Amino acid sequence: MKNHVFRPLLVVIGLVVIVLIIRTLYVPKDFGVHERGYMYGWYREGNIAEWKTSVKVKYQGKEYCSGCHADKVQAIDKTPHAIIQCENCHGPAHDAASEHPSEQRPKLTIDKTRAQCLRCHSKLSYPTSGRTNIRGIDPDQHNPDIECVMCHNPHKPGLEGLK
Amino acid sequence: MNRREFLKNTAKAVAGITVPLAAIEILSPARVQALKADSSVRWAFLVDTYKCVGCGLCVKACKNENEIAYDANVTRTWVERYVLTRDGKLYADSPKGARDGFTSSKIDLGMGKLQDVKKEDIKKAFFVPKLCNQCDNPPCVQVCPVGATYQAPDGVVLVDRTWCIGCGYCIMGCPYGVRFFHPVYHTAEKCNFCYHRINKGLKTACVQACPFGARQIGNIKDPNDPVAKAITTERVGILKSEFGTKPQVFYIGLDEEVR
Repeated sequence: MKNHVFRPLLVVIGLVVIVLIIRTLYVPKDFGVHERGYMYGWYREGNIAEWKTSVKVKYQGKEYCSGCHADKVQAIDKTPHAIIQCENCHGPAHDAASEHPSEQRPKLTIDKTRAQCLRCHSKLSYPTSGRTNIRGIDPDQHNPDIECVMCHNPHKPGLEGLK
Repeated sequence: MNRREFLKNTAKAVAGITVPLAAIEILSPARVQALKADSSVRWAFLVDTYKCVGCGLCVKACKNENEIAYDANVTRTWVERYVLTRDGKLYADSPKGARDGFTSSKIDLGMGKLQDVKKEDIKKAFFVPKLCNQCDNPPCVQVCPVGATYQAPDGVVLVDRTWCIGCGYCIMGCPYGVRFFHPVYHTAEKCNFCYHRINKGLKTACVQACPFGARQIGNIKDPNDPVAKAITTERVGILKSEFGTKPQVFYIGLDEEVR
């Protein structure tokens, strides 16, 4: 083969080799075709473990709260509000109890706003939705200027719990 | 060099370049088949729209749990309201993804316009929670040019944040509009059934936060799983079945208006 063909060919082959070397160095070992085949399963396997561990669990659930606040949980369990998770109003607990000694524990921010109560208790008469069955008010008519918790106790939601 | 020689050499060169590339390509159908070991877990979701009251506590919990900027108008899960009037009009809205719930009968028409529908005019009205369908044939995964999004062996579609180049093809490809750009990482973002929770034996943040049991998650491959039982024995619907995506989020009480 003549020189003027061979030389550029060498350059091209050299480029291909360089690209392949960079590829082997850059692409992680666990990147490739996995269970679901090339179309759905072409990925870096280590990412699965990363997703399992890198995100912290913030919402711990009612059982976690009752570990220390059993009295509160038992009391609310006798009311219709038993279905509501503590953290829905008190904010995510993170792992406060285990991570910090009691005096350094970060305070949870309690959502006592009117907006929080209105999520369910703003009356919407929607047939074929559970919303119809919840006792509710018209927020524009029912004491629009004050917070619900001024009169109502969310831990004793019945009318007998009025302050 | 004459034309014959030139063509011969070109063919040789092309063949020479292709051979090493083919050798590098890791795809062999036999190997792929061997790897297709049947996983014993396949996560599926069941939504009961009759139970949903549109409180939006699921959206709030999801945003906090998965660190999605609370005030940015993006969310991994959201709740839609559908109101059908007696004169045949359909209104649907989801202000802020229902992060703050539905507290008013006024329907958000967009551009700051609100439409109040009187109680007497309503024929049907209900709420529909939405989240990633974790499709068996995920179109968002097919279109990813770099292998940054994929289906894990347990069926959940995940995004590799270190690998995503932010091209946005998957956001366009999802027929359900589930994907968005993460405002902090600038990569594609989506619901992953709280992957960090379900693998620790916990429920997803939205399932746990829902006071009414409208959301449930389970392993469809476990015959004793209550959610799997409900999906296989009750009448359930899926969204946009015509796309052939085989969604794994099943709905009780789905209506034709729901898209």
